[in-house]
Amino acid sequence: MRRFELITPGSIDDCLRALKGRGTEVQLLAGGTDLLPQLKNGLIKPTTVVDLSGVAELRVLEGDAQRGFRVGAAVTARALERDARVRAIYPALAESAALVGSIQIRNLATIGGNLCNAAPSADMAPPLVALEAEAVVASGGGRRRVPVASFFSGVRRTVLAPDELLVEFVIPAPGPRSGGAYLRHTPRRELDIAVVGVASQVTLTDGVCAKVRIALAAVAPTPVRATAAEQALAGQPLTPQAITRAADLAVEAARPISDQRGSAEFRRHLVRILTRRTLAQALARASG
Amino acid sequence: MAKQILKCTVNGEAVEALVQPYLTLLDALREELGLTGPKEGCGTGDCGACSIHLDGHLVASCLVLAMQARGRSVTTIEGLARGGTLTPVQEAFVRHGVPQCGFCIPGVLMAAAALLDENPKPTPEEIRYAIAGNLCRCTGYTTMITAISEAAGVAANRGSARGA
Repeated sequence: MRRFELITPGSIDDCLRALKGRGTEVQLLAGGTDLLPQLKNGLIKPTTVVDLSGVAELRVLEGDAQRGFRVGAAVTARALERDARVRAIYPALAESAALVGSIQIRNLATIGGNLCNAAPSADMAPPLVALEAEAVVASGGGRRRVPVASFFSGVRRTVLAPDELLVEFVIPAPGPRSGGAYLRHTPRRELDIAVVGVASQVTLTDGVCAKVRIALAAVAPTPVRATAAEQALAGQPLTPQAITRAADLAVEAARPISDQRGSAEFRRHLVRILTRRTLAQALARASG
Repeated sequence: MAKQILKCTVNGEAVEALVQPYLTLLDALREELGLTGPKEGCGTGDCGACSIHLDGHLVASCLVLAMQARGRSVTTIEGLARGGTLTPVQEAFVRHGVPQCGFCIPGVLMAAAALLDENPKPTPEEIRYAIAGNLCRCTGYTTMITAISEAAGVAANRGSARGA
C-alpha cells in the first residue's frame, strides 16, 4: 500500500483541526471497507489518513419511536441490522444495512461511509431519503444540516466540503401507523451490489395514505425520489390497483444506464416490481 | 514516515509492536507477529480468508489498519483452541475432513465461532448466511455446514437445496 501518515483523533474537534485548510490529500477512515481497497489500488493517494475509530461521539445510536433517532456516522451496518429498536421503528433501514457485503464487512462498514462513498447503488441511502433523514455536518465554522435527499451531487460525489465532517444522521419519528421496507435485486444474495434498490415508507390515517416516500437506488447518478408516484398515492386508499399504478409512475423517476449489472430496460422493470413490493410490505407493516 | 507503537491484545496476550501507519492488521499479524493462520486471498474483503475477531466481532483483517487495533482485543485462528484443546467446531471439521486445500479454513472457523457465540443453535439457513463471506474454491461448503451443525448439536438438513 502507498505510504501515508495516520492521525488518530479522539474527538470531533480534533478531527476538524486535522481537516482545516486541507484538500483531498487528507482522507477520512471510518469502516475502511471502501477506503482500503481504494488505497490499495491507487484510486486515491492521500498523504494523511484520519482514523475516526477513536471518536466515540460518531458512534451514538439513540432515540425512540416518539423522538426519532440520532445515528452516528460511524455506526456499523451490523449494529443497525441487529438493533431491536431500529428494526422495529425503521425496518427499511435495518433491512438495507443487513444487505451490505458480508458479516465481515458489516462489522466494519459504517452508515456514514456508505453515504460519503456515494455509490449510486449505496443500500443505506434510499431508506434514509424515504425517512426524510438529515445529515449533520461539522466544520470549523459550526454545524449545518443537509437533507439526505440533497446530500449527493453526483456519482461518488457529495455536497461535503473537504474540511467538513459528517457527524450523524437525524431520523424523524415515522409516527403511528407507519411502515417501511427496502428491497434490492442482486444476482447473488450476499456480497453483491444492487442492480436496483427501492425503499418505501408510508403513513396511514383513517385507512388512506397520509404520507408516502419512495426512493430509488442505482437508477441515476444519485438516489432519487419517485415524486410522481408519491403524489398519485397521497390521500388515496392503498389498494392493489393504486399501488400498481404508482409502481408504473415510479419508473418515470428512473434514469438508468446499461452496464454489466443490467440493462436500462431491465432496471426500469425492476423499479416497477420493487416499488410494488416495497409499497405492499410497507402497507402491511403500517397496518400491523 | 515514522513507525508507530501498536499496543493491543492478541489471543489473550498483551502485545507491543512497531508498525508502519499504512500496514494492514493482516500484514501485522502475519509479518510482525508470526501468526500466519489468517490468509490474504483477495485483499479487498471479498474472500474472507483473513477473517479474525476484533473485540469479538468477525472482521476482514485485510480491511483494517494495524493501528486501528490499538487498545483492542484480536483473536486469530491460533487463539481459538485454548491449552491445545480444539473447540467442538474445530474437532467436527477434523472429523468430517472439511479442509481440502485448507486456505479458507482459518477464516471459515472464525466465522463459525462468531456465529456460535451469537447463536448457539443456528438453523442450516443461518449457518449458510454466517459463512457467506467466506469463499472456498475447493467448494467444500456441504461438509462445513454438516460440521458446524454437528458442533452446535443441530440437524444439518443435508437435503436442503436452498443456497446461501
